Amino acid sequence: MMSGFKNLLTTVFCLMLAVVLGFAVWSIGAEPSPVNLPGHLSENLEKSGVEHPVTAVLLNFRSYDTLLEIGVLVIAGIAGISMARTSSLEDPELRTSDSLLYALQRWFVPLMLLLAGYLLWAGADRPGGAFQAGAVMASTGVLMRMGGIPMDFLRPGTMLRLGLTLGFSVFLLVALASVWGGEAFLAYPPALAKSLIVVIEGVLTFSIAMVLLALFVSAPINRGVEPEEGERG
Amino acid sequence: MTPSLLYAFAGVGLCTIGLYGFVRLAHLLRKLLAFNLIGSGVFLVMVGLAQHHNGPDPVPQALVLTGIVVAIAATALAVVLIRRYFHLSGQTTLAEPARGNDEGASQSGEDRQR
Repeated sequence: MMSGFKNLLTTVFCLMLAVVLGFAVWSIGAEPSPVNLPGHLSENLEKSGVEHPVTAVLLNFRSYDTLLEIGVLVIAGIAGISMARTSSLEDPELRTSDSLLYALQRWFVPLMLLLAGYLLWAGADRPGGAFQAGAVMASTGVLMRMGGIPMDFLRPGTMLRLGLTLGFSVFLLVALASVWGGEAFLAYPPALAKSLIVVIEGVLTFSIAMVLLALFVSAPINRGVEPEEGERG
Repeated sequence: MTPSLLYAFAGVGLCTIGLYGFVRLAHLLRKLLAFNLIGSGVFLVMVGLAQHHNGPDPVPQALVLTGIVVAIAATALAVVLIRRYFHLSGQTTLAEPARGNDEGASQSGEDRQR
């Protein structure tokens, strides 16, 4: 009885939310847009140092968002590896010894790394960029881990933390350097914009891949009966 | 009514379904999926509404791209936390653990996991 009432209440609440949201979307959609963002963007695109508008927004016009984003990723990655038991980050038991997978990844790993590099470079003038490249790199790492290639750098320690924070610290350093040079926070000098964006994207790719991979390996399949530091041992 | 506006309305629908699932479903992984559904709905509304006005708009697209990456990382962190929670408590919901048959609940949880 009680659960039926709750169910009804939730349904009514959700339907009300749908109506309100739908009305909001409808009324926003009916009005003409107050600003012409794509117009502004295409006017200023050549100042940004890259040709693709999305990359220009991500790494130049709204780079503050991207800086905060990589900060969030670093926090998530560090929280993830501190949740895992230290020994399980590189547990030989978790490797498979599938010979087919092993043979496949000899072909796939170099190809995927190449693809990641291409995506990173393509971000300048077509869809692509640090996040796509980082995702491909992370999945390469996942494949390598599944296939049993030992990855010592995933041990919790200096190297892993350095890898996690590299992108964020380089990005922040560039931002602070532009402040020190008398510009606004995160305003690149126009002459250096292209090379700065390439450097930032490179380290971002690396750090994103490390964060995603660290989060993947820090949730391993544990045997349930292993002693834990909880109440049950 | 343009196709872009249809995307925005689909996003509203996803938000609603996601919210319903988030409130009603007990299993933590299902809650996580429902939460991601809400996020996807928000992304659709953002991109769809902006496209409706100006054609493809790179600014909300870039913001949504940022949001997607953060959502992936948050989901992965949530999975890590859920696994940890399952490991410590032996249950997959946030309900109060039943006193007395803790061991049984934990055991059946592990069986389900395999």
